This record gives sequence, C-alpha cells and structure tokens, in this order.
Amino acid sequence: MKETLRKPVLAVGPFHPLQEEMEFFQLTVDGEKVTDIKARISYNHRGIEKLSETLQFDQVPYLVSRVCGICSASHPLAYVQAVEEIAGIKPPERALYVRTIINEMERIHSHLLWVGLAGHFIGYDTVFMWAWKYREPVLDLLEEMTGNRNNYGNVKVGGCREDIPEELIPKINQELDQIEKKAEMLTKAVLDDPVLHVRLKGVGVLSKEDAVNYAVTGPTARGSGVAIDVRRDDPYAAYADLDWKVVSQPEGDVFAKAVVRLLETFESIKMIRQALAKLPKGPVAVDVKEIPPGEGCGHAEAPRGETFHYVRSDGGNRPVRHKIRAPSYVNVPSFKASCIGADIADVTLTLAAVDPCYSCTERLAVVDGHNAVIHDYEELLRLSREKTARIRKDLGSPGLKLEGC
Amino acid sequence: MQPNELDKQFSPIQDRLAGIEYTKENRVFLPCEAEHVYEICRFLFDELRWRFVISTGIDAEDRFEVLHHFSDDASGTVVTVKAFIRDRDKPEIDSITPLIPAAEWIEREMRDLLGITFRNHPNPQRLILEDDWPDGVYPLRKEIPK
Repeated sequence: MKETLRKPVLAVGPFHPLQEEMEFFQLTVDGEKVTDIKARISYNHRGIEKLSETLQFDQVPYLVSRVCGICSASHPLAYVQAVEEIAGIKPPERALYVRTIINEMERIHSHLLWVGLAGHFIGYDTVFMWAWKYREPVLDLLEEMTGNRNNYGNVKVGGCREDIPEELIPKINQELDQIEKKAEMLTKAVLDDPVLHVRLKGVGVLSKEDAVNYAVTGPTARGSGVAIDVRRDDPYAAYADLDWKVVSQPEGDVFAKAVVRLLETFESIKMIRQALAKLPKGPVAVDVKEIPPGEGCGHAEAPRGETFHYVRSDGGNRPVRHKIRAPSYVNVPSFKASCIGADIADVTLTLAAVDPCYSCTERLAVVDGHNAVIHDYEELLRLSREKTARIRKDLGSPGLKLEGC
Repeated sequence: MQPNELDKQFSPIQDRLAGIEYTKENRVFLPCEAEHVYEICRFLFDELRWRFVISTGIDAEDRFEVLHHFSDDASGTVVTVKAFIRDRDKPEIDSITPLIPAAEWIEREMRDLLGITFRNHPNPQRLILEDDWPDGVYPLRKEIPK
C-alpha cells in the first residue's frame, strides 16, 4: 500500500461549513494537525465571461452585478471603468460621487455580514445576531437609493442610472450616525474581549511574503501588512477628493483581518458623510454612442479586495472578450500558506477569515459529481466552538460585553 | 508614473518586447512572442516587485493571446504582458506558476477553457471542467456556440 493512501484525509465541502456555497477542500491530517490542503472549485460556474460576449456594452453591467450579490456594486463599476477607458468617456462629477457612496455602503454591509458569520462560527451567536441586525438599515438605504437591496444595477457606462434624491440625504446621515454608534459598540466588544484575543490571535497566519506570492488583495492583504488599496493607489470615482486612510495590520492572523474589517467600516462611514456633504450638482450620466475598438483594464476595491475587469472591443456593439477576476480568486488559494500546520479546529475559521466568495470565483456552468463526500458541517462547527468554550473556561468564563444594544 | 520613466524601467527586457503601448498614462501593454513570456514576467515580479493581478486567455482567431496583468501599486499602473501564441493547432506557452504561485489557478483555467498547454506547470489538473468533460472541447474558443 502506498504511503499516501494511509494518511487520513478530512473532507470539507463541497458545501462549505460556513459560507453556504459549493467548494470542496481535502485536508490531509496528522492527528490534529493539517499537513496538506487541496481545493476543488467549479461546482457552480455560470459562464458569465462567455455570456458577456453575447450582450451589448450597455447590458453587461446588469449581468456582472449578478457575479456576486454582495459585491454587486464593485463588479459593474470595474467593468464600466474598463469600457470608459476604451472610449475615453468622462462621467459627470455627481455620478462619481454617487458611485462612491453606493460602493462604500456595500463595504459596510459586507463587513458587518462577515463579522456576524465569524462570530457565529466561534460560538458567539450574540455577535452574529447584532451584526446582522445593524446591517439591515444599510440595505434599506441602498434600496431607497437604487431600488434594490442587492444587485443595485445603478452604474452604467457614462455615469449612473439613478441619482440620489436630495431629500434622502438627511435620512442617510441620520442612519449613518446610528450605524456608527452600533459599529463602535460591536468593535469595542470584539477588541476588548479576552477570549477573542486568545482564540483569534496567532491563528491562520498569512505572512507578508506569502501574501505577496499568492497576490492576495483587500483585507486579506492588509491584515498581513501589505497596505494596498485600489481606492488610494489608482483612485477612481471620487476617492481622490475624500479624506480617509488605508487600514492595515502587520500580524497576518485572523484577529488582524477582523480588526481591518471593523476599522474599515468607520472609514467607509466617514467617506459617505464627506461625499454627501460635497455632492456636486448636475446630471448623473452622459450620452454614450459607440465604443471604439480597443482594450481596457478597470479595477475597483470591493469589500474583499481588488475586482479586476479586462474588456476588449472590436468596434462592434459587444465585447469580444471580457475577463472578470474577483478578489476571492486570489485570496482563496492562500489557504495553502495559512492552513498547513494549523489545528483542525482552526482551519474553517482561517478559511472564513478571507471572507471567501465562491459565486465570485466561479463563472462557467459545470456541476461536478463527487460521490464520496463527507458532509462534515456539524463536526467542524463543534470543534471550533469547543475550542472557544475551552478558552473561555480557562479565562474564568467572562461574558461578551455588548452595551447599549 | 510618467511614460518615459516607465520606458526606462523596461530597458533590461527591451529586446524581448515587440513594443511598449500606452492606452493612457497608467495603462501599459507589452506585446511579445510566447517564448519570452517567462523572462518578462520574472523581471516584473522578481525585480520590479510588481503585484500579479490575473491573466486573460483570448482566442483571437488567427492566434491565441495570453495576457498577464500586473499592477505597480505604488504608482497605480496596470501593466499587461501580451504574449502571442501563433501555433493554433498546438498552443503552448511557458507556465509562470513556478515563479508566481498566484498564477496556478488561472493557468489551469485557461488550459481548461481554451486548450492552451502551460509547460512546467506544477499541477496541471483540471480546475473548471468536470472530470468526465470530453477532451478537446474548449468552451471559451470562438467555434463553441454562445
């Protein structure tokens, strides 16, 4: 019998214990330690790149906003920026501000969603309940601004489809004050909690060197001390006019990634306030006639990192090639660096810490039939929660301090 | 970064490039033949320390193109190495995964979808297509109906 056949293999997926989308991980384990990890994706590809070649330039934004429900502002934005680059179109100032506001709203609700899921996973269901509760008003505001809670469909080549009505601005400001207060409370509770410090620090470390080699982006990179952010590095929309800072942490562990996301939420609130105060008057779109032949690269900072779109035009009314790269496509393979040598109880948390988004990663319709799949949700959730409970007991069972909920 | 500054940076790989094209001041395309792609990417990644973004495979009728996109985050410049593969019947190009681990998935994806072979790829398994997908059918080629 070959040596490899005798190694115990733990299957995670294809239904991921945390994210409820299909992806299959094979962990080779030695006792409690993970010695190798293999990923199998493509359970739910939808052929969006190929489909895009069948649509006209002005129809594609509505297709790519469906690449991912959570990043449904940043994908179309990256796409229209690529097309505007080909055609040399300058959208009106007001449109750039509206784009900024919607994209930052998206970041707030996405980060809150992640905080909730992470809390749930380590056995802090209170955090899960509160984080998702505070996310709701953000979605409501998005609905009032664009007509939809997700898949906003508000960005188009040459500007925006809908303006933000002036009478809505005081309400947005009021809601932002509330959201900021709640996010402060949540952040304080997480950062001051001794159990979370022990549970999350030093877990799933992605070194700066690995972060560069695996080309990770977004909070996954910024949590490993690689302070890159498209909003600052290659400013688009109205980011160059706003006063904000890139949040980064050098440690590379799960705690660092949580800190980056929590603090970024406040930067987003700050940016929306400034953008609303400075919102220029005028139209939100210019007329677009033809897209000349050429090629363009558009990128935008989605909540999970850089979303990159490459578009090639031959002068017709459809793209001849449209490449989409979502941040999870580069963030997910970094598991190879951060999970090997880790405890089984920490692996799923480490996987979750990059906030992976599989619908973003997969874009071609194929269903794979793995017959021998062990569906291990309960077991891994139990292991992870038990570890938290152990730490909590060792520390004298302190409760999470959530004040003024 | 100004175009002439960038031109200067590219001088060590000048001989391998078929040109330096600017579509705007911070968007650069570096066309080249397939055999030079590894050396050019090594220079951008190892020496200039630019971030690998992703690759795009294109079926461009009389040839295949493999575009490796890099980003110089310090200046916000996106630099695309555009490699031409002239042999349509047996498209092959050197893998850059031994150099840049981040390229593993996308090279496997291009192999699945366009049928381009990546020489020296450390893990040339299928990524996108299922195991029983027929050999020789590549969904992103132009002859496959939309």
